Amino acid sequence: MKRLKTSQRKEIPVLAEVKRVSSILRFLLPAIVIFCFLLIWYCISALNLFPAYALPSPAAVLMSFREEMLAGRLINDVVASLWRVAVGFVVSVVLGIPVGLWLGQHLNARKAFVPILNFFRFLSPLAWIPFAILWFHIGDRPAIFLIFMATFFPLALVTMAAVANIPNIYFQVAHDYNYKGIELLTKITFPAVLPQVITALRVSYGIAWVVIVAAEMVGCQDGLGYGIWEARNGLRLDSAVCYMLIIGLLGMGIDRLLFQLTKLRNVRWGYER
Amino acid sequence: MKDKHSDSKLILEKVSHNYAAIAVLKDLSLEVNQGEVVVLVGPSGCGKTTILNLLSGHIEPVSGTIQREGIIRTIYQDDGLFPWLTVSENISIGLRSIPGAERRKEELHELLNLIHLDGFEHHYPHQLSGGMRQRVELARVLAGDSDILLMDEPFSALDYQSRLRMRWELVRLLKNRQRTVVFVTHDIEEAAQLADRVLVLSARPATICRELRIEAPRPRGLDDNVVIEAMKEILKELGLHTSDNPDA
Repeated sequence: MKRLKTSQRKEIPVLAEVKRVSSILRFLLPAIVIFCFLLIWYCISALNLFPAYALPSPAAVLMSFREEMLAGRLINDVVASLWRVAVGFVVSVVLGIPVGLWLGQHLNARKAFVPILNFFRFLSPLAWIPFAILWFHIGDRPAIFLIFMATFFPLALVTMAAVANIPNIYFQVAHDYNYKGIELLTKITFPAVLPQVITALRVSYGIAWVVIVAAEMVGCQDGLGYGIWEARNGLRLDSAVCYMLIIGLLGMGIDRLLFQLTKLRNVRWGYER
Repeated sequence: MKDKHSDSKLILEKVSHNYAAIAVLKDLSLEVNQGEVVVLVGPSGCGKTTILNLLSGHIEPVSGTIQREGIIRTIYQDDGLFPWLTVSENISIGLRSIPGAERRKEELHELLNLIHLDGFEHHYPHQLSGGMRQRVELARVLAGDSDILLMDEPFSALDYQSRLRMRWELVRLLKNRQRTVVFVTHDIEEAAQLADRVLVLSARPATICRELRIEAPRPRGLDDNVVIEAMKEILKELGLHTSDNPDA
């Protein structure tokens, strides 16, 4: 007992030290890489290797960021894009996950629907642009439609595969304890696939965020994609780079939010085993 | 400790079963008495798990009749716990049919105590050792008003010492809460230490080729004479005794 105590006293500060160093490194290492990247960018533009209109300098990008913020366009575009992605994505989740759960439980339905679902999954959502504009005209709706087309199929298919692969033993145990119908679905099937569904959410959100830029270039009068398109038309690549930075950072930020879902206590098993 | 005194019954009569063209069981008859521990031993692939699945009702036999009375629960080799539920939530599944939240809570505490896992109620299965997980499984099947426990090689995924410990544990728990048990294993020691009756099965299609009663009280030590004698008998029946070895 005594021995245990002394060894604990020694170990805990060492462990804390290791933790502290690793958390410093976690921020320091990427910070160094990003700094180097910016430095190279600065050097290339300072040496005038490319004309200023073809490769804007970091200073010019900062200036255009200030300009876009003051004009209010940037905020407006960010809100517009986030709104479209959110609506399209939520519709996908609300329809795609139940469809996946249902298909996962019915072998014949799977046989019937999987080929066509796969077909649509491999059809780039951008191919729908002509129809999106024809059916929904200009505005939020074509973009939302494209986000839906981009995310529904992967979500439904991943959920379906996860349900189909639930170990049979869970259903045997559920049978022993009289789980049936809705209760079986909500207490056994759904929690059994939740870790994989969360991963699918992150992946399909990534697709949505990529698609929104392209969708807004053609179907909208605002939004981040439209901002880039406008910058191109005005040959303002400094503004385009500014929009690109915002798109990348926002995408990363929202993925961090979705990543928090994987920290729920009742899904940890799916990532730690 | 058992709060209910219903009669449990488990009878197989001339049951045969086959998967596609492969006959797994042939005219198997078996009656398990209330409160009895029956252990089925046999070569691997002889259809032991099929017998349990027939007893539990997960599959229906091709011919023959099966009578079941009482609440039947199964313990599996590994991973029968729901990984998204904590230890107490998993055990509580066994208490589902008990009315009254207060009573369920009391029972849960008693069970946690019984398997010596108080303090672990909020842990998830993947945070426990294999032996601890099997103890939680035992608590879950013993919970509430179960009558018959079917065990499908429940300790075979554990290391040898944990396996020995789990046998004591099972004996202790059954003393505390009497149940009818059908236990399938390939472990001859396990059979000799736990069984009231050992049934040695033949290779596929399985029939009972030897029935062996062991009268001694439990717990039985590995080096007890009854246990050693029983092991000899079983080994002989399986053709694995030293006297069967042509090189010996």
